[in-house]
Amino acid sequence: MSTVRSEIAAGFDVQKVREDFPVLKQTIHGMPLVYLDSAATAQKPFAVIDAIRKFHEVDCANIHRGVHELSQRSTAAYEETRSKARRFLNARFKNELIFVRGTTEGINLVASSWGRHNVKAGDEIVISAMEHHSNIVPWQMLCEEQGAKLRVIPMNGRGELILEEYEKLLNPRTRMVAVAHVSNALGTINPVGQIIEMAHQAGALALIDGAQAAPHMKVDVQALDADFYAISGHKIMGPTGIGLLYGKTALLNAMPPYQGGGDMIKTVTFEKTTYADLPYKFEAGTPNIAGGIGLGAAFDYLNHLGLDRIAAYEHELLVYGTEALLQIPGLRIIGTAREKAAVLSFVIEGIHPHDIGTVLDRQGIAVRTGHHCAQPVMDWFHVPATTRASLAFYNTTSEIDALTAGLKKVKEIFS
Amino acid sequence: MVDDLYQETILDHTKHPRNCHAMADATRSAEGYNPLCGDKLKLFIKMDGDVVKDASFLGSGCAISTASASLMTESLKGKTREEALKLLEKFHDLLTTDSPVTKDMGKLVVFCGVRDYPARVKCATLAWHTLKSALGEAPETVTTE
Repeated sequence: MSTVRSEIAAGFDVQKVREDFPVLKQTIHGMPLVYLDSAATAQKPFAVIDAIRKFHEVDCANIHRGVHELSQRSTAAYEETRSKARRFLNARFKNELIFVRGTTEGINLVASSWGRHNVKAGDEIVISAMEHHSNIVPWQMLCEEQGAKLRVIPMNGRGELILEEYEKLLNPRTRMVAVAHVSNALGTINPVGQIIEMAHQAGALALIDGAQAAPHMKVDVQALDADFYAISGHKIMGPTGIGLLYGKTALLNAMPPYQGGGDMIKTVTFEKTTYADLPYKFEAGTPNIAGGIGLGAAFDYLNHLGLDRIAAYEHELLVYGTEALLQIPGLRIIGTAREKAAVLSFVIEGIHPHDIGTVLDRQGIAVRTGHHCAQPVMDWFHVPATTRASLAFYNTTSEIDALTAGLKKVKEIFS
Repeated sequence: MVDDLYQETILDHTKHPRNCHAMADATRSAEGYNPLCGDKLKLFIKMDGDVVKDASFLGSGCAISTASASLMTESLKGKTREEALKLLEKFHDLLTTDSPVTKDMGKLVVFCGVRDYPARVKCATLAWHTLKSALGEAPETVTTE
């Protein structure tokens, strides 16, 4: 398996790929930019930038309304992204894809619309110890409102979920299991297929936070049998402010609308409103049209590179980066799961991540420092914060060398 | 270069923070929190009438916030409440404006490099926000947000 992965990775022309990303061709504080913060937001290729520009320059109009040419063009382009998303996630029907602002809104939609009508006092929602705040707080709010209970799957020292403990949490009161496919703070790839299957056996539904998985691996919502799957456009080289929620047709049909407004109705009188069919029932108001069209270009771009090739190349980077970081005395990697995406979260004894981040920035290296919107993860590992280098397919091994050289400079200053 | 931020005095106070201990006979105390980076700080003040007789702190934080708390507690001793609040204002100006550095700030001038690092201003001001609260000018627990 790993030999196959290496061979695929060897055929990946990263220098050519970098030409697609204009932002990478700049210097920061006099040094070449080394962008290692793709888990926060990924950089955008020309294809995405050009699609957004073309929309504003040539096709700009509101969607689903006008009979005029521009409106038809913009509607077609926007709706085409829904079809691309269906293929990208291998959903059965394109109407199972709801446009949202991002993963956070996708989760909130489910917690609010499905949750309020299906979760009663005494019911239980299961999340995991490594969730991003966006997959904790909406469920916490729901539990508080409905008098339900939030239960948490624990993890081991590597940052892997303990499935035996998960099994013990499941019971007839469990309504929903909501977990991340890939942890943003640790890089752990969770066995979500198994997690979903176990949830279903207990009679519960499963929502997967796919924000960090979609940029790095092929996702097949039918194979996973996910009930809901949420992604963000900006993590997969698309624009910010646009994302998608996948939901099974029967579930979405049974759910009440999330927000009221234009575009989500069939008829409106002051006495009664009837709602539109899927997916429009959940899409009130003029959406981020340009963002949706840009996201369509991002799907095309990733398909063109190939998710398998991306995953193989990024795995090589992860192996290289892990080995390089472990050479630095006093450095501890936080998150050492056996199945891991290209995230390197670490602490260095006696040096605060913010100081590491500032010194690296002055060398042109962009990393994220802090709790990564996953404070419970930090508490679990007894660290206030970590430094996180998150890699994407446009990163190179020489950029990882720049990171280790930068960390040596950090150690010089604070030793 | 980054050495403008991490001047020798700052590094010295980071590695060997002064007045870093609890104070049993403090007359005032307050807690400060920077939710952005998780830095926490507890400040202890002993007032003698209107004068700061002693000041100390406990907490975990980055180099800038630790050095700032250390140097602040040093510079507070012997100051009246009004003088302390005035110093706070000057310190804030030092970090956030282009105003010329005045001589009466003593060692605190080493923080002038922070003004070129907007993301780090909150690290340097955490201790001072907490002081404001300890002196009764802000709620008991302050955050930098």
